[in-house]
Amino acid sequence: MRFPCLAASLIAFLSLSVASAAFEIEDQRLYTADPERSVLKIISTADLDVFDPILIAFQAENPGLSIDYTVTGTSDLMKAIYVDGAQFDLAISSAMDLQTKLANDGFLSSYASPVAADLPDWAIWRDQVFAFTQEPAVLLVSEAFFGDDPAPTNRDELIALLRESPERFQGRIGTYDVRRSGFGYLVATQDSRNSEAFWRLMEVMGRLDAKLYCCSGEMIRDVAEGRLALAYNVLGSYAASQKTTTDGFRIIEMTDFVNVMLRTVVIPQGSENVEAAQAMVDFLLQLNERPDLVAASGLPAIDASKFQANASLRPIRFGPGLLVFLDQLKRRNFLRNWENSLVQE
Amino acid sequence: MTAGTSIRQRLFFQLAGIAALLSVAFFLVVQVVAERAAEGTQDDILSASAIAIADSLRSEESGVTLELPYSALSMLSTINEDRVFYRVVAAGETLTGYEDLPLPDETPQLGLPTFETLSYRGDEVRSVSVVRAVGPATNLQNVVVTVAQTRLGLEAISRRITATATGVGAGFFLVATALSLWAANLALRPIDRMTGAVTRRGPKDLRPVLAETPTELAPLLEAINSFMGRLRASLTRTEDFIAEAAHRVRTPLATVRAQAEVTHRKLQKPEHKQAIREMIRAIDESSRSAEQMLDHAMVTFRADSLAVEQLNLSALVEETCERLKPTADIRDIAIRTKAPDEPLMFEGDSILLQAALQNIIDNAIKYSPEDSEITVRVDAGADLRLTVSDQGRGFGAGDHSKLTTRFERGGNVGNIVGSGLGLTIADEVARVHGGTLEIGNNPEGVGACVSLVLPRL
Repeated sequence: MRFPCLAASLIAFLSLSVASAAFEIEDQRLYTADPERSVLKIISTADLDVFDPILIAFQAENPGLSIDYTVTGTSDLMKAIYVDGAQFDLAISSAMDLQTKLANDGFLSSYASPVAADLPDWAIWRDQVFAFTQEPAVLLVSEAFFGDDPAPTNRDELIALLRESPERFQGRIGTYDVRRSGFGYLVATQDSRNSEAFWRLMEVMGRLDAKLYCCSGEMIRDVAEGRLALAYNVLGSYAASQKTTTDGFRIIEMTDFVNVMLRTVVIPQGSENVEAAQAMVDFLLQLNERPDLVAASGLPAIDASKFQANASLRPIRFGPGLLVFLDQLKRRNFLRNWENSLVQE
Repeated sequence: MTAGTSIRQRLFFQLAGIAALLSVAFFLVVQVVAERAAEGTQDDILSASAIAIADSLRSEESGVTLELPYSALSMLSTINEDRVFYRVVAAGETLTGYEDLPLPDETPQLGLPTFETLSYRGDEVRSVSVVRAVGPATNLQNVVVTVAQTRLGLEAISRRITATATGVGAGFFLVATALSLWAANLALRPIDRMTGAVTRRGPKDLRPVLAETPTELAPLLEAINSFMGRLRASLTRTEDFIAEAAHRVRTPLATVRAQAEVTHRKLQKPEHKQAIREMIRAIDESSRSAEQMLDHAMVTFRADSLAVEQLNLSALVEETCERLKPTADIRDIAIRTKAPDEPLMFEGDSILLQAALQNIIDNAIKYSPEDSEITVRVDAGADLRLTVSDQGRGFGAGDHSKLTTRFERGGNVGNIVGSGLGLTIADEVARVHGGTLEIGNNPEGVGACVSLVLPRL
């Protein structure tokens, strides 16, 4: 699983004025059915090894359906549908804001799913954007670095700890490069909305010469191997699935608040196999009934009870608010502030 | 009387019509007001959003810049999941937002939001534009902020309001209709009460109606009462006239008869005595005819207002026969009655029944030979049947149906004097009681047989 870098051309395509080159395909696999009755074309930001068990299970339930699965980055996915008008039956993305923009700007088909009633209100927007996973942004700390010491449990504690002993953490903390990572940008902007502590934290991390990463995988690896003392805003679901095979780090859900990203599936307007696309949406929305798939893919299904159990978990809400940080001026200002805080050269 | 239109119906339909009109008016008003309110709400939120954006415009060295407030767009999702578009234009250049979002036709004035409804990206959108002057006083720039939102949520609200308004309107109509039915009945109740007060009265009750009436009906009641007063006076005059006529005819006849009898005793010559006897017989017949005419007049009068009462038919027969015995005795005619022992109850006018029976028996006496027998039988079968049979000459052959016509007499009456009213009276009495008069010859031998057939009630 990855959160590929947000292409530098994001601003360009949001302005809609620049004709763009074709989107980049990172991986592609065809699950051929024999005999083949129809094809379901999926464009997704989730890696093949993550989605493979889900696709095989879905194909088993729908004999005669071939699946053409294309992996790309969040911004490339946006570009493919928004600018290129590429024909796909389904688009699966971790970029809630971009999926919201697709819905708001009229690029998606509506589907009143019969299984929607079982889901919390915040999981579906406009009958067009369907969330099927809930993935928190967490703090990772290195076992080698902290040992038996208590790790910080909220942002204020984290800031205090970093200020107390800057020499220990110098160059040994990591976070997303929000200029390159769609997920990083999303959680950073949500952080900035939720807490004043965010900018202080960025300031402190910048002074400590924080390392910037494009992807969760590398951060987890560096924390596990002790190169980093801690990594801030790592994708929790990925860290949890890595924890089963890798030791050397702890996953900490902050007690002040935890942003929970929702992975979403949408049906683009150009869908040619709407029936299969809707079946796949229903299948994904019922992921919580298939613990085997949850375990195999490492994608945590929607579970409203987790939010009731832990009040600090906050699902990122769909709605026009998500469009705000896609605004070109807003984004430019945010990135400038972020660079001023974090990239102190 | 012609069957006119019903006041109740007309009242009901008029009230129901008004209710329907009010329901439709209510529906339209609710619809318009609620839609205005919903539209107003959307307009208010859109203005708030546009103003929030306008307020965050700043001027920098490089020109105007914008820090789009998160709440400016998120507030638009508070009511519904409508799509949101915005555009900020400074000096003719799109600063940020959707470049193809149409600007208002006329540049809005400072501080006054301009609203428009237009089509954008396949949907109807409501858009608001505000203008703010940004920059140093020397280089003020007018920046137009346009925020637009689709109206799907508004349409959903409108559909809900329409459904509610329809339901409430229909409910109002149904309730109002039921109430108008009730009101129509209530309004007409005094009429029913008055009708009841008049119809419940006995045939002879012509006193003024004193039932309580609303002022609208008072003239009608007055008219009825005045009419009844005149009727009462007229009836009194008629009754008086009948009594007077009977008196005027019978009294002189009685005097003449008494004088003739005195003369008869004084006369010696047999041919003179014979002439006087003839005269006395004629006087008797005249007296009887006058009586029958009065009887007939009485029957005609009473038939219109039958004084029905419970009476014992057997007793009535016995009483009538008893009364006629002296007349029969003169000619040695015996009247035998055959009636069941138990009382035979019947609902009828006893005076009329007595008159009918008396006339039938009278006829029988008249046409019976001396020293004969008349049988009066009362049978209680499916119908009540009073049969009078004699041993006289009978009706002869031919059609007897005409005998019940006034002044019509049978073909073999011979020299017997009669008015031709007796059977007419009996027939009319039978008819007003719902029965018939059967006329025929005695099946058991000589003589006539007349039956008054009355239905059991």
